[in-house]
Amino acid sequence: MTTGLPALADQFARGLQAPICLTWELTYACNLSCVHCLSSSGRRDPRELTTAECMAVIDELQRMQVFYVNIGGGEPTARPDFWALVDYATGHDVGVKFSTNGVKITPETARGLAGRDYVDVQISLDGATPEVNDAVRGRGSYEVALRAMANLAGAGFAGFKISVVMTRHNVGQLDAFKAIADRFGAQLRLTRLRPSGRGADVWDELHLHPGQQRELYDWLVAHGTDVLTGDSFFHLSGYGAALPGLNLCGAGRVVCLIDPVGDVYACPFAIHPSFLAGNVRDPGGLAGLWQHSELFARLRRPQTGGACESCSALRSCRGGCMAAKFFTGLPLDGPDPECVKGHGERVLASAAATVSPRPSPDHSHRTAPYQAGEPRPVPERPGQRRPVPLTLLARPPVTACNPDPLAGFVPE
Amino acid sequence: MACAASTEPVEQFDLDAPWRLDAQVRVRPEAFGALLYHFGTRRLSFLKSPALLAVVRSLGAQPSARAACTAAGVQAEDLMRYAHALQTLAASQMICKREAA
Repeated sequence: MTTGLPALADQFARGLQAPICLTWELTYACNLSCVHCLSSSGRRDPRELTTAECMAVIDELQRMQVFYVNIGGGEPTARPDFWALVDYATGHDVGVKFSTNGVKITPETARGLAGRDYVDVQISLDGATPEVNDAVRGRGSYEVALRAMANLAGAGFAGFKISVVMTRHNVGQLDAFKAIADRFGAQLRLTRLRPSGRGADVWDELHLHPGQQRELYDWLVAHGTDVLTGDSFFHLSGYGAALPGLNLCGAGRVVCLIDPVGDVYACPFAIHPSFLAGNVRDPGGLAGLWQHSELFARLRRPQTGGACESCSALRSCRGGCMAAKFFTGLPLDGPDPECVKGHGERVLASAAATVSPRPSPDHSHRTAPYQAGEPRPVPERPGQRRPVPLTLLARPPVTACNPDPLAGFVPE
Repeated sequence: MACAASTEPVEQFDLDAPWRLDAQVRVRPEAFGALLYHFGTRRLSFLKSPALLAVVRSLGAQPSARAACTAAGVQAEDLMRYAHALQTLAASQMICKREAA
């Protein structure tokens, strides 16, 4: 049917009537503090959409014929109205796949999920062993995730997803991840570490070495459509055959993100004012933004290859990931920081790379969770006198949501 | 009513049988054709031409897939390409045979 017509990916690059793949982060609240969290989650934002506002968004998704949403966070199940929203969505022709760290997936919840149509579950796991996982996701998180998986499998929920962000410490565990998925009758989903959110702080230490990228590419080619990738490794297609999927940056074209306060960004990895189209509370709503936002219109115009124009791999890698380039300070029309030809590394090493923009906003917990091996505070003995640990603030604290710790600071 | 999983050989598509969209499938027209989503299998398919969309939409009202193709203006020399596309949709349970009236 494609005779005389442009390739599907080229058609998609010009944008669709509505997103195909929409990510909706329901809350910034999370019980964990993963070091690479792409939305810098931790604390709930007081401006988060209310239950009624969420239902209005679902009504609009139904009108736009967005057939399913990927719900995440934060930890979406932390919202007291989470299950009501899932039911409301599936009752209005909007299927749901939600990502969770598993904390609320009890045997009872798992049974309830197994009995629902149109709901899919994705458990996050970033190491096939507790050591590797907990170093990124926090102490005890491996155990929580595995218990959730056992509960889902025990309830007869077949084919749930296990979602892994690839790092240089877990790329050697690919077969072990697959074995865990097989053990629970689940499907493995591997995605790329992006320098987004808190990921910007750890990207240099965690992103794959060039040799590891090749190892991952070969493994993905060998496993074909058996393993899901969310189309996140198309920058590796420069190695040879394209990986399964659309192999294109879908930002603002087939993909967008609704964040917990209703802000609409071009993609889940680009939470930054530069990629903010507007808010679902705006008069035209989500549909208005999707169809008329100047940002999205710009993304749908033909893009130039820039510094990559003469590269033989451009047709397959399409210049890589916009967010990865943006948050490493690379020009958007140049190579991806993880370009398989090494062009990205060369630009990063040269003066051409500018200062990396900081991801924003930041809802991280203000205290760090206890990590394995860390000394515990010594409990006080009764009767022992200690100074009262009190610090008097010289000036009132800045607002709860201000991401900049120096906001309001005036040098005297 | 949902389609039963197809047990027929993949290479054969019965152009003369009556077909219909699965009840769990929704269609979203796009400039290139359409997006099909099956709520039961959670699978997405793309119809890569407006003519194929016209065929798929008229399946349920036509006595056969062949008649649906003719009604959508499919030329005889293109018929086998359309049969192949319909077979792909049948294999993924997007369309299924309906009982002849």
